[in-house]
Amino acid sequence: MNTILEMRGITKTFPGVKALSDVNLTVGEGEIHALVGENGAGKSTLMKVLSGVYPYGTYEGDIVYNGETQKFATISDSEEKGIIIIHQELALVPLLSIAENIFLGNERATKGVINWPVAHSEAEMLLKIVGLDKPTGTLVTNLGTGQQQLVEIAKALSKEVKLLILDEPTSSLNERDSEALLQLLLEFKSKGISSILISHKLNEVVKVADKITVLRDGQTVSTLDCDKTEEMENKIIKDMVGRELTNRFPQRTPEIGNMLLEVKGWNVYHQVHADRHLIRDVNFNVRAGEIVGISGLMGAGRTELAMSLFGRAYGQKISGQVELRGEPIDVSTINKAVANGLAYVTEDRKEYGLVLENSIKINTTLSNLEGVSKGIVIDDNAETRVGLEYKKKLNTKCSSLMQQVVNLSGGNQQKVVLSKWLFANPDVLILDEPTRGIDVNAKYEIYAIINQLAQEGKGIIFISSELPELLGMTDRIYVMNEGRMVGEMPTKEASQEKIMRMIIKDKG
Amino acid sequence: MSQVENPSPANSDAGETVSVASYLKSNVREYGLLIALIAVMIFFQVVTNGILMKPLNLTNLILQNSYIVIMAIGMLLIIVAGHIDLSVGSVMGFIGALAAVMIVNYEINYVVTIIVCLIVGTAIGALQGFWVAYYKIPAFIVTLAGMLSFRGLTLALLNGQSIGPFPTGFQKLSSGFIPDLFGVGRPHMLTVVLGIVLSVFLIYSAWKDRKERAKFGNLEEPFAFFVLKNLLIVFAINYLSYVMAGYRGYPNVLIVIAVLVAAYGFLTSSSTVGRRIYALGGNVKAAKLSGVNTERLTFLTFANMGLLAAFAGMVFAARLNTATPKAGYGYELDVIAAVFIGGASTTGGVGTVTGAIIGAFLMGVMNNGMSILSIGIDWQQVIKGVVLLAAVIFDVYNKKKAG
Repeated sequence: MNTILEMRGITKTFPGVKALSDVNLTVGEGEIHALVGENGAGKSTLMKVLSGVYPYGTYEGDIVYNGETQKFATISDSEEKGIIIIHQELALVPLLSIAENIFLGNERATKGVINWPVAHSEAEMLLKIVGLDKPTGTLVTNLGTGQQQLVEIAKALSKEVKLLILDEPTSSLNERDSEALLQLLLEFKSKGISSILISHKLNEVVKVADKITVLRDGQTVSTLDCDKTEEMENKIIKDMVGRELTNRFPQRTPEIGNMLLEVKGWNVYHQVHADRHLIRDVNFNVRAGEIVGISGLMGAGRTELAMSLFGRAYGQKISGQVELRGEPIDVSTINKAVANGLAYVTEDRKEYGLVLENSIKINTTLSNLEGVSKGIVIDDNAETRVGLEYKKKLNTKCSSLMQQVVNLSGGNQQKVVLSKWLFANPDVLILDEPTRGIDVNAKYEIYAIINQLAQEGKGIIFISSELPELLGMTDRIYVMNEGRMVGEMPTKEASQEKIMRMIIKDKG
Repeated sequence: MSQVENPSPANSDAGETVSVASYLKSNVREYGLLIALIAVMIFFQVVTNGILMKPLNLTNLILQNSYIVIMAIGMLLIIVAGHIDLSVGSVMGFIGALAAVMIVNYEINYVVTIIVCLIVGTAIGALQGFWVAYYKIPAFIVTLAGMLSFRGLTLALLNGQSIGPFPTGFQKLSSGFIPDLFGVGRPHMLTVVLGIVLSVFLIYSAWKDRKERAKFGNLEEPFAFFVLKNLLIVFAINYLSYVMAGYRGYPNVLIVIAVLVAAYGFLTSSSTVGRRIYALGGNVKAAKLSGVNTERLTFLTFANMGLLAAFAGMVFAARLNTATPKAGYGYELDVIAAVFIGGASTTGGVGTVTGAIIGAFLMGVMNNGMSILSIGIDWQQVIKGVVLLAAVIFDVYNKKKAG
């Protein structure tokens, strides 16, 4: 196999930090090369060096592409050579159409006048390749995340891509869309397009990759030939964390107590479209000391269910009953929900969970300011005490309590969100994708915190798209599909296949 | 500057004090502004041959800027909450007109008038806040509508005429001075004494606060810096008192401003209400999901703005001793500029009361200084515009460097 790309001895330093140190990466033509490593291992930095975000001269080492040493000064230089990067956060303009997005900055135009018929017919061809069956005039905002991802790929294809770089392409896709995307990569491979796949989802990596390069602390640890076996995953993890992870989930002996929270006949309609019945007659419960999982595909209504329960933060025409320890409680506003012992850790911590520009201390006390105040006066010292207490309890790594949370890693940000809710002292915590985008070690810590909370007698509702996580952490699993609870089972009896079958059977 | 370490035993991991240099560096925005104000004052003091700090001029400077300062406090809260209020100039003019009509045309007692005007101002703010907070109409639109409407209503109320003069009691709002309890009136002894009392109080409370912080390991400020800062503050207070004592002492309105600054400074830095306004400005979704009643707080910040605009309107009318149809015209821009020069962020969540006040005085000193130098109003506008832009560029640059 010919080599299309060779990065040799790449070293990149930022003031005070060596982000990459003598990294080597070799990608063959028509190869799917996975790049894995914990957050902060240097994957994104390496790709930024490759794509010209960090121009030639700001790093040491050589990039040999198609047999020539490249000196990219900007992203357009690398794009010209057929290196296209698709970022984790999609770069589409929501209120423009699919065709407009595909050719944005690369318009099908003569002398500045766009030829729309040509643009639309070319866009149609590209959509056919990526398998998206939508009119090219559809606004991007009306597409689901998976479909938007496909538009991004179509956009890349419009530029005659030779090396496609995908940064966490499936992190916000459901299983079906992820599967379709991976299939697409294999198709590209057969057409001779090479890909670099950055992903945290090792099962996917193992499924499609030919080779896997593991980065750790800015260094290449190993490049493995992927043999697509189960063993592979463990090998990768071992290289990623630098030790054997005997157990991905901390041990816990469940001590399940009395009924804590019971939701009966819960119905929710869409926030904007009042005729869309999103949650239908949902019943579920959680006991003290119990961790209950809610599984389901993206769009099953899990987040909508959680947010509607939490002070009607989502939806309209909400009906149903919520009981805490057998007594009906009022959760009609967020304040009442909090006062009645509920807490909701949101799916998107940056957007909904934290005031990013504020310090750890200020974020920690936000939902229970009364707890550090006399009347309306905040006691600064009490607040510091609380901040320190939770920083210690959750092992949040930071330079000081006054550090802005925007500068923390994903795992530590999540610990701040948890601190905030723990200080509000709830009975029931609803955790919505609590480990999304968090690296392996931090995940383990978050799991340990969750176990600890259950041990203290709190009820935990654990929403996750990663089935292994639910199987490893919970006592009982609900299966949700299209706004209804379609199954419930003790985790001991559950398996990935069983849950997926329940969802599929519900569809048929 | 030398690297002075704090001598107190702060050993907790949150409480390490840092060196003076690095502390200054990380707080450059706060102190930079103050340094800029002092530099501008010294500059004009020199080029005007000492006219700037003459007792009469200094007193006038404060009186001239009092209404901007009062409104800047309210505007700060609005901008921190992530909104804007374009109507304050018009509301201020409208309330001045209302006061004039009530007192002069209908001969209503001025105390009653002041109370009614404050209530009307609050109601105007509340009305605008209602649309912004509960109907999510952009504040820019709501208050633009308010700006146009109240400018029109001012004209209608005054019939296009100026109305005045006011009774002396009402004039005291702006042109009055505190009485000299101790003696002759010149130099004004009470002013000097108040300055000393205030400095003693400030030093005492700063010292107490520092000791408390040290006890809880919550100390960041280096000791040398603490001493230097407080010395400077005490010097500034007493110097200004001394200068003003040479004319007629503290004007009433300065006392009012001092009380407002203290009250709102406390509200923003140490109260739950203030903290929540900052949180909602920083990330309204996260604040809401943390149980903050974002709608009510937004509503209240606008009502508060109306209250302060009404007060400013009366101070302004009292100072001119007439209500004119043009009163408050374009003042919203000065107020907004003061807040942004004072370091507030355009996206909300960042800003301080002291910053806004310093911003207002920075512009005031430049106006005054340039007027003394008989620079025309045309160039004054240009210079103010450039200063505003420079201040915000400085902010953004700093933020980039830090991030």
